[in-house]
Amino acid sequence: MSLDQRCQPLLNVLRDATHMATLDLENWDLLLRQAGSAGLLSRIAIQADALGLDVQVPDAVRPHLTAARTLAAKQRQAVRWEARRVARALSGIEGPVLLLKGAAYAIADLPPAAGRLFGDIDILVPRAQLGQTEAALMLAGWHTQTQDDYDQRYYRRWMHELPPMTHIRRGTVLDVHHNLLPETARIRTHASPILDAAKALADPAGLSIPANVDLVLHSACHLFHEGEWGHGLRDLVDLDAMLRTFSAEADFWPRLQARARTLNLGRPLYYALDTCRRWLKTPIPDRVIAECPSKPPTWQRPLMRKLFDAGLASVHASCASGGLKSATFILFVRGHYLRMPWHLLLPHLLHQALRRDAPQT
Amino acid sequence: MKLADLSLAQLRQRLADNDLALRTGPFVTRIHSPMPQIADGLLRLYGEFRLDDGKFQDFHVRVGPPTGLRRWLRPQINFWYDGHSPFKPLPANHAFALMEWGLNWCVAGHAHHYLMLHAAVLEKNGRAVVLPGDPGAGKSTLTAALMLSGWRLLSDEITLIDRDDGLLVGLARPVSLKNASIDVIRRAFPDAVIGAPAYDTHKGTVAHVRPSADSVARVGEKARPAWVIFPRWREGSPARLSPHSRADAMLHTASHAFNYSLLGGLGFELNAALMDACTCHDFEYSNLDDALRVFSELAA
Repeated sequence: MSLDQRCQPLLNVLRDATHMATLDLENWDLLLRQAGSAGLLSRIAIQADALGLDVQVPDAVRPHLTAARTLAAKQRQAVRWEARRVARALSGIEGPVLLLKGAAYAIADLPPAAGRLFGDIDILVPRAQLGQTEAALMLAGWHTQTQDDYDQRYYRRWMHELPPMTHIRRGTVLDVHHNLLPETARIRTHASPILDAAKALADPAGLSIPANVDLVLHSACHLFHEGEWGHGLRDLVDLDAMLRTFSAEADFWPRLQARARTLNLGRPLYYALDTCRRWLKTPIPDRVIAECPSKPPTWQRPLMRKLFDAGLASVHASCASGGLKSATFILFVRGHYLRMPWHLLLPHLLHQALRRDAPQT
Repeated sequence: MKLADLSLAQLRQRLADNDLALRTGPFVTRIHSPMPQIADGLLRLYGEFRLDDGKFQDFHVRVGPPTGLRRWLRPQINFWYDGHSPFKPLPANHAFALMEWGLNWCVAGHAHHYLMLHAAVLEKNGRAVVLPGDPGAGKSTLTAALMLSGWRLLSDEITLIDRDDGLLVGLARPVSLKNASIDVIRRAFPDAVIGAPAYDTHKGTVAHVRPSADSVARVGEKARPAWVIFPRWREGSPARLSPHSRADAMLHTASHAFNYSLLGGLGFELNAALMDACTCHDFEYSNLDDALRVFSELAA
């Protein structure tokens, strides 16, 4: 199946929201299912409203759009409230506390914010402040849920984040990072340039967000290096929205490339740009892709495209084509391979497979 | 076209082919299932419901056996919402009950264009009663009894409040009875049609009562709320209404709602408007006949 036939009508609507005006009832049925499964329904609902399409959509569809906008508004309000709690809890911590990804988009009202749904809140702190940060959060009611010694060790020794912290009363989840990638990852990157370039927020005071180029690189690295494909298409839409807006800034593309070189994230950037352009028709000049600081060898490119396409298509059954299962399995293995070297990975996977409770990686 | 216009064989075929779109109030659900119990249960309990043309569905669900080796050891059943399974598999003979829970989950998790309270609703003479009830309080028994004695059933589990006009919207789906209340209703209403019981579920034995033909035929009529009544079955108690504070009723319905906080300020406004429109009571009873008498005096 060619890319243009895939995930329709969702893909056409993501490329151009006015496409919604042309859909018949059967296509609306499929669009709502694909977008719901991808976590993009609220975004589409907000776009329909902004374009004034809400009055022309069929009566059966309109309640779904209303419901999706209601959900997004609630999440937006909840994330702002939660961010203020985090700011209050960490007011004594030295050095910047950065909101990442969804929370950063929402609080700073960045292009991906409209209709973006959240699972948890991600923050980034200097590694030196990690202990104090954890202690301050625990005082304010967030606790690491896992009681398992192995998990605690695994996170603290090898990962770039603490085990997820859950608030004891609200049940909200906070991921505390000190880097973008695990200590053991094939690509080594470092967080200090991102911390140094952070922009302080007025509200909630005490929190910051990464510079625009760093937001793009973190999103790219999350999707194309860490390989969390469950929200793959939504993450790609985040990237597309940021690139379309940020590229209007002076020297955006050269700055993005230079930053990718500094952070050693050229390869995820290449994949992000190539995939955004193919899937969402993001306007990215040819030379920007050609001048990416790190590119895969030419022979690998079609193979990687096939894999990423399968990962993105796993969003809904109607987007899938043959070979999806094996491709998503390869992506899963790739994600782990990139995460840690074999001599650490194999014992880890063995431990996860043999543990008594429900296996989760 | 009504579901009962299909023969059992036709219904089974359409369910197996994913070719059945069932309308329940404002929602259309496409149901896909190879299970004979699903066809039997639908024909017994949903016969008067309308089938839709199948162009647009609010929910796409499937009820069927999970894949994997276990199915050869002990037959199981699972529920999928458009390819995603929100529940753990259950023993295969719970298929129909699982579908009912699944359909509730579809509405409660998605229909945020309504305020959704955890309460039953029935209507008589143009006025509706909302029955919130803690588990075991006898809410479903009373709901089934009221429906079987002429009240129009809007819903047994989920009260839908339209955000545009504050009126109550019906589903008219079967009433779920648990344990001893199944026999209570059978004895009091020997003509009631009750589906095959599912034994040993997490709620004990569960069986569903077919909604009255009037409830299904008039499902599209919204109802104006008049009373919020908290029923409680208590051994030996005479059937008796007593005043319940509106403020407390509002707190109770808010904390037992499916999406009260999700709607934010609108949820508050709708719930407050409900209380303004209603008188609120506690209701204790032990004998169904006495209970029905009190309710018919109320509606007179």
